[in-house]
Amino acid sequence: MEHASHEEIKRHVKIYIAVFVALAALTVITVAVSYLHLPLGQAVLVALAIASLKASLVALFFMHLISEKQIIFSVLSLAFIFFVVLLALPVVSS
Amino acid sequence: MTHTDEHPLPFWRKYVFSTDHKVIGIQYAVTGLSFLLFGFGLMMLMRWQLAYPGQPLPFIGHLFHEKAMVMGIMLPEFYNQLGAMHGTIMVFLGVVPLAVGGFGNYLVPLQIGAPDMAFPKLNMMSYWVYFLGGVTMFASFFLPEGAAQSGWTSYSPLANIATTGQTVWLVGMIFLITSSLLGSVNFIVTIVQLRADGLSFFRFPFFVWAQFVTSFLLLLAFPPLEAAGVLQLMDRLAHTSFFMPSGLVVAGKVLEVSGGGNPLLWQHLFWFLAHPEVYVLILPAMGIVTEILACNTRKPIYGYKAMVYSVIFIGFMSFIVWAHHMFLTSMGTKMSAFFQITTMIISIPSVVILTALALSLWGGSIRFNTPTLFAIAFLPMFGIGGLTGLPLGLVASDIHLHDTYYVIGHFHYVVAPGTIFALFAGIYHWFPKVTGRKMSEFLGKLHFWPSLIFTNGVFMPMFLLGLAGVSRRLYDPIQYAHAQPTQPLNVFISICAWCLGLSQIPFILNFFGSLLWGKKVDKNPWEATTLEWAAPSPPPHGNFEHLPEVYRGPYEYSVPGQRHDFWPQHMKEEN
Amino acid sequence: MCKHSKQASCFNMIRYISKPHPITGVTNAKLGTWCFLASEVMLFGGLFSAYVLLRTGAPAWPRGAEILNVPLATFNTLVLITSSVTMVMSWASLAMKEFANYRRYMGLTILLGLAFLVVKGFEYGHKFQHHHFPSTDTFYAVYFTLTGLHGLHVVGGVLLNTYFLFPGSALWKTEPEQFAGRIECAGLYWHFVDLVWIFLFPVLYLL
Repeated sequence: MEHASHEEIKRHVKIYIAVFVALAALTVITVAVSYLHLPLGQAVLVALAIASLKASLVALFFMHLISEKQIIFSVLSLAFIFFVVLLALPVVSS
Repeated sequence: MTHTDEHPLPFWRKYVFSTDHKVIGIQYAVTGLSFLLFGFGLMMLMRWQLAYPGQPLPFIGHLFHEKAMVMGIMLPEFYNQLGAMHGTIMVFLGVVPLAVGGFGNYLVPLQIGAPDMAFPKLNMMSYWVYFLGGVTMFASFFLPEGAAQSGWTSYSPLANIATTGQTVWLVGMIFLITSSLLGSVNFIVTIVQLRADGLSFFRFPFFVWAQFVTSFLLLLAFPPLEAAGVLQLMDRLAHTSFFMPSGLVVAGKVLEVSGGGNPLLWQHLFWFLAHPEVYVLILPAMGIVTEILACNTRKPIYGYKAMVYSVIFIGFMSFIVWAHHMFLTSMGTKMSAFFQITTMIISIPSVVILTALALSLWGGSIRFNTPTLFAIAFLPMFGIGGLTGLPLGLVASDIHLHDTYYVIGHFHYVVAPGTIFALFAGIYHWFPKVTGRKMSEFLGKLHFWPSLIFTNGVFMPMFLLGLAGVSRRLYDPIQYAHAQPTQPLNVFISICAWCLGLSQIPFILNFFGSLLWGKKVDKNPWEATTLEWAAPSPPPHGNFEHLPEVYRGPYEYSVPGQRHDFWPQHMKEEN
Repeated sequence: MCKHSKQASCFNMIRYISKPHPITGVTNAKLGTWCFLASEVMLFGGLFSAYVLLRTGAPAWPRGAEILNVPLATFNTLVLITSSVTMVMSWASLAMKEFANYRRYMGLTILLGLAFLVVKGFEYGHKFQHHHFPSTDTFYAVYFTLTGLHGLHVVGGVLLNTYFLFPGSALWKTEPEQFAGRIECAGLYWHFVDLVWIFLFPVLYLL
């Protein structure tokens, strides 16, 4: 990214705008779904799925992860694995 | 030929708020050693109460505030403060700052051929935030009702309803955790990015690998404890009920809290950090022992690659064993079995590392100097510590041994004649690099032998105490009938502990005396191969005259056909 | 001031401050920032873990919409998302060497961040007025603590961005590449704060 040309940056800007529109739309969708009053289990799955999609858009495009180097992914994967462990194991142990 | 800066720095910026990793390393080491001494002192006080319960402390008992000792007789609240703060100070203010902040900061940039850490200003901040945390913890003793007194583990709900000291403890921990996070980011980036040309990962000295894995543990395991600390602060200050169950009764009165909280939540979040933390305590020590044994056996380390894979595996596994500290919290057989299995598995790479180090001695031309004595002693001592951990990691036996003196014996073997011996070894070994002078061998051996004998005298009987069912954290050791026959052991342990304290005097004298009168040395007095010995003793700002290039692995000793028995990493031609 | 020489006579020899490492492909600051964000993932992980344990262990737990103001929080979510766009635009402006645009977008990001905090302030104030505090029950405890800690992170980001808008921007004149790198890292942090809210919002307000 450091040595990208003007044209490349302008292309990225177009992508940023598209991502923004997608994020806004997904926000509206997730709020709309909540008015359906789905049973808790389904509601959790849908809400987390939409949130994960939004988060992926932010991470991949705003945070440039889509063109980022291997070493960054290695650090993030480690964090992600232990994040899941931290969330899952205590509640399973109860 | 060293460089003179364009604008020489004033005293404050050169020695106090320095951004040079070597100055910061020394700051960490000196502060860490001071806290180790202070924490040791706290324990020596506890041992009086345990050996002679209810007896007034001679000579100095009357110096204590009446809330701590009444006419020299220790109060239970003060005993609990000593216990909680001894653990906290030794782990978070003593060992880790010395092992990681001290040794790590000083040696890692040198061993990878870098001029400094990647973020020197961040490095400086991490020290001063640690210092703030240390002052906070120390100051808590002077609160009206004293310091934290709910164990270093600060379990809720006890910690929730404890005195103000607990709040100050939580604030201190937040400082310390912040310091640790800043430091770990620095280490990871430095090791990955600033290593010399030719220094591939499998040419790292094992010490660098150990610090690298340790930094990941600190980076990823500390934040949940920070979260837990925030939640406990919220419980104490904002009267939330994260950890307070409903209907809790204290001193006959129902607590006026909203309830609905879960004390086990604290335990999960605490041990998620505290288990990797014990690997933070041991990994740098293993690194130090490896460097010293390679150098003083004049042999490559046996099984270097296996050790590297093992230390990476240990790092990963350490995140999924934590609930072996919680076997008695009715997790159910499935989860208990899971954690038991992961705990058994994690012992394997530890044994691999220990075995590789022990085998490295075989056929070596061993120099039995003080660093080597401490390093060799580490092996069986850590071995005892590790082996005694096995009955604790197995659920069936842990039911009887949990929260007894057996546990105290186990973990102290790993940390005291384990890690701390390794740290002493490191001080004797690298003192010449840091100061340009050698320490006295005579005083070193006078420090080593009594320390080895008395540390075993302190901790070996604790296994017997534990097997007899004596609980830990007991103010009155003869309160329970089953403990009374074991009281002579307590007297024995206490006498050994005080003798262990006296045994440190040769070290203190040696340390300061050698600064002034130690034999002067040049770059490489031990004829070692790693990069720190290519720099002057002590190294200047920027470390190297020219940034080194690396041509081989870290332990090329006794290469056949060469004139010298060591081939430094940075030397292109034969030595 | 030679940064990339191997001679010790250079004062500042720390490599890969502006130029990426030939093997890893990243600068020191970028790797450091991602490591820091990894630790932040674990911090919020601890908080989310607390929420999961407490909610699954509770006999009853209200739906977020019954207690909290969903429309206001939806608006706030859009505010934060917009601020993420302006943040990345401020970095893109630097990449295109348009410093004036950088200042505009950074200023907008800061204002949007402040707007988020103001709305949060209203939310909290409203709750306090009706005598709902963290101590009221575990739902409120979780709500206030999680959004509070997130809010503190927003404050930190606003302060950081303000520094880079005013005194810190002087570096653009002397070391433009290093400054652009710093803004990229500041952006990573800001996007992360947005990311956490993307999960916090549905979890607290919609479930």
